[in-house]
Amino acid sequence: MTEVATQPPEARERRKLTGYWLLLPGALWLLLFFLVPFYSLIATSLYDPEGSILTGYDMTWAFGNYVTALQDYWPPLFRALWYGAVATLLCLVLGYVLAYAIAFKAGRWKNLMLVLVIAPFFTSFLVRTLSWKLLLGDEGLIVDTLQFLNILGDDGRLLATPFAVIAGLTYNFLPFMVLPLFASLDKIDPRLVEASRDLYARPIVGFFKVTWPLSLPGVVSGTLLCFIPAVGDYINAQLLGNTQTRVIGAVIQSLFTDANDFAIAGALSMILMIMILAMVLLYVRRAGTEDLL
Amino acid sequence: MSPGMSPLQRMGRWIGQHLVLAGGILVLIYMFVPIFVVVLMSFNDPKSRLVYRFDGFTLQNWLNPCADAAMCSAVSRSIQIGLLATLIATVLGTMMAFALVRHRFHGRSVANLAIFLPMASPEIVLGSSLLALFVAAGFAGQLGFWTILIAHIMFCLSFVVITVRARLAGLDNNLEQAAMDLYANERQTFLRVTFPLVFPGILGAALLAFSLSFDDFIITNLNAGNTTTFPMYVWGVAQRGVPMQVNVVGTVMFVISVAIVVGVELNRRRQEKALAR
Repeated sequence: MTEVATQPPEARERRKLTGYWLLLPGALWLLLFFLVPFYSLIATSLYDPEGSILTGYDMTWAFGNYVTALQDYWPPLFRALWYGAVATLLCLVLGYVLAYAIAFKAGRWKNLMLVLVIAPFFTSFLVRTLSWKLLLGDEGLIVDTLQFLNILGDDGRLLATPFAVIAGLTYNFLPFMVLPLFASLDKIDPRLVEASRDLYARPIVGFFKVTWPLSLPGVVSGTLLCFIPAVGDYINAQLLGNTQTRVIGAVIQSLFTDANDFAIAGALSMILMIMILAMVLLYVRRAGTEDLL
Repeated sequence: MSPGMSPLQRMGRWIGQHLVLAGGILVLIYMFVPIFVVVLMSFNDPKSRLVYRFDGFTLQNWLNPCADAAMCSAVSRSIQIGLLATLIATVLGTMMAFALVRHRFHGRSVANLAIFLPMASPEIVLGSSLLALFVAAGFAGQLGFWTILIAHIMFCLSFVVITVRARLAGLDNNLEQAAMDLYANERQTFLRVTFPLVFPGILGAALLAFSLSFDDFIITNLNAGNTTTFPMYVWGVAQRGVPMQVNVVGTVMFVISVAIVVGVELNRRRQEKALAR
């Protein structure tokens, strides 16, 4: 600090330079392997669709790729968005109950419950999803119970249905909902809730007038953290679903690696990214929490 | 609490309070059911490879974890990639976090956006854009260990930056000021005060980075070529019959990471108690 005291401008300049040096390697990595690839993806999506990995691809500004991609693959695209949206909504309901319980009702068990929320996250995603295959299987406990209660017919199944896919997505992305919700709820001053009890007779009114609005930043970031990966995911759709539940992620993957149809795969990837960006921007604007970014 | 409440209201309130807690615990149970299944299935003695259900108890899976050598080589490859990606991403990410919290410079908002965007992009888009780059650069034939590593460092980096940044931002500046007042130079202050205080954040970030890397399937699958990581192995066997040893790996991962998390938490409490004394 003595240096700073005697020659402040130079020292400050040096600190500024240190900042750049600290940032440089990581920023270069992101530039090379995040931003430049995006450029490659845009270029790939405009390649001549007749090309192949053997003959090479020509850049022909083939905007028609986007039309072809949408025409051929709109059902899995909208299916993915639909599954993602339903799973996000379910995550919000379940996650809100859990986050609320941790923030306001857990008392001295708060830290333990938080650890329990992130703990399942540390076991392999695929192995956990395989467990759901067993749980929802035709001879599993859940199907047997539902059949016993006559909710499900005798030949009714859960596995290989959209229900199973959505249940898997909800399960897998729930921690991404709970943590930001908890962060928002935990910041709420309990005195505000008490004041609302004095002003509104019923707690439920107080909840919707005080707690819910104050937790909106958590709701917005939680739903985004759930929705974005859930739309791109194809592990649940493939392991828990059937041929009718194919989603856009699986299409893009197989176009790239099996069919070598890079141009259409690139266009589909871009369409997915653009749709998600548009929805996110619209949503963030409507929710009115633009300080999120 | 308020004396003016009728018994009915009081009962409603009691139910309301405990209903939420009960609901929260039910959700937690929902989150843990698959973990129980993983642990249970690690002791399973399957009658057929094709039917995935519990048929009987055995210790065989634990005694012969490498019955399928392909699985163990996939696990060790995932560990190698995970450790390297964690090391590099943690070093680069921690440097970035220090730059963003401790230094003022132009282009901070651009840097923040560049860190946020990878987390806001679906994995399938990140993976396909990297593949597009590798193919355009002529590396289509060399997809494998190194391309996976590059991808993993890229997506771990953002998570490291936000984890360490949160820890740094919550740090009490007075402690560093005090060290400087006691004639510690910048280096000594950093090594003796700042770094030990930020260390739990760095450790947490490293743990997160490792589990993200070890667990990644979608980005890896696009950029792996013929190399197989553990999630890719599981994906492959899911179509043709899952060896129960997969659940042994799942259980071990779970136990180790929970032990680390609990250990860090206990250590933090011990230090807090020591400070309070």
